[in-house]
Amino acid sequence: MEPLDRVRAVLSKYRDPALARKLVQKIWETARDLSRVRIMHVCGTHEWTITHWGIRALLPDNVEVRAGPGCPVCITPASDIDVAVGLALDGVHVLTYGDMSRAKGSRMISLEDCAAEGGRVGVVYSFMDAVRIAASNPDKEYVFLGAGFETTAPTVAYFVLKGLPRNLKVLSAHRYVPPAVGLLAESEDLEIDAFINPGHASTVSGMRAYKPYFDKCGKPMVFAGFEPIDVLVAIYMVLRQLRDRAPRMENEYVRSVTWEGNLKAQRALQEVFDFEDGYWRGVAIISESAMNFKEKFSQVDARRAYGLEHGRGDYFPSEARCAEIIKGIIDPPDCPLYMKTCTPSTPVGPAMVGLEGTCRIWAQNRILVKDIRCMSGACGLNREARS
Amino acid sequence: MCYAIPGKVVEIRGDVGVVDFGNGVRREVILAMVDAKVGDYVLVHAGYAIKVLDEKGALEILQAIEDAISLAGKDGGQCL
Repeated sequence: MEPLDRVRAVLSKYRDPALARKLVQKIWETARDLSRVRIMHVCGTHEWTITHWGIRALLPDNVEVRAGPGCPVCITPASDIDVAVGLALDGVHVLTYGDMSRAKGSRMISLEDCAAEGGRVGVVYSFMDAVRIAASNPDKEYVFLGAGFETTAPTVAYFVLKGLPRNLKVLSAHRYVPPAVGLLAESEDLEIDAFINPGHASTVSGMRAYKPYFDKCGKPMVFAGFEPIDVLVAIYMVLRQLRDRAPRMENEYVRSVTWEGNLKAQRALQEVFDFEDGYWRGVAIISESAMNFKEKFSQVDARRAYGLEHGRGDYFPSEARCAEIIKGIIDPPDCPLYMKTCTPSTPVGPAMVGLEGTCRIWAQNRILVKDIRCMSGACGLNREARS
Repeated sequence: MCYAIPGKVVEIRGDVGVVDFGNGVRREVILAMVDAKVGDYVLVHAGYAIKVLDEKGALEILQAIEDAISLAGKDGGQCL
């Protein structure tokens, strides 16, 4: 077998229906001994897995999985989008990721919208593309709007350490996830019992980055991968910890997450960025969560070069309930705009734009009402487990 | 945005390598954050490799899951 096929064959087992059915059975058995359990994940890719594979419909009534703020586009401050739009209209070439270019700022204008009015906006797949574009057009001025978590930020740090082309600066809206989990764990309006922690952000940060927050809240934290079996195992691990009253940090995603994490990437981040208080749109100001350039990298920092404020304040259109959706308090169908004025082709709020936004994921999987119960054969299995 | 896909390293030129994602898709990927060799499988996110994929780990946990849920009795699964 070709080596790549071998890896695929391993991964395909993480979608095995027979294994999934057995795991669901275990989940039901374990949940029987528990009262209401509310689990939060903080990763848009987990939300995709859960929604796409209909995992919520397989869970017992007393087990709820909520989507927390795991979409970088959604939590990027509106004021950062506003200043990027301002730069693009002033003749600076603004580069960013595709979904980031469609998120609207406080004036309900996105970078994509401003391109239609003559703003200079380009979409890139990675920061490496931005570096190449700037290097091959030395007479033009470029700013990269850098959104994303610790998964994404290391490429920026790597190129900054190598030296950027002089005509390229970075507007860093990068955020660090562990302090956000710490804040959500203490949040009284969420009442979360346990966390499924992000697989790829934690591949970079390592499990140990969450240790101080785990020690403080004492709630189960399971680090999970992104196949349906990964998520089902993670839910089972959480329930077992709760049943045994033995909360701990447990790793389901052993093929990628380690205790230490990616040390090279961590070193690059520590060398380039200060971790400071940062605003998460819709959520709060979270201490030590914003990756801002250290003073010695002033020459690449678009905030210093153009005298821009750090992202502050908030704005969502009236009636839109984006903030509650981003924080995980309500579900998309609870918002009066969802799939009426706000759709994937006419997004109003950022959670309908970001590829990892809860609204976008629910919309693309055609979820129009809450509390859908599974009508497939899997429900028969649920009933068996219930009896 | 934290989506990452596995691919095979087929060529390395300094910090940059070529990764084969199958179906004829090959891309230049930054390998500076991992210790990858030609033939390794890496998880690639936004143009750089975040991890050399642990295939053995993937198989081991699968085996652990299978063992755990096939144990007799409702309290099976201690090895998971």
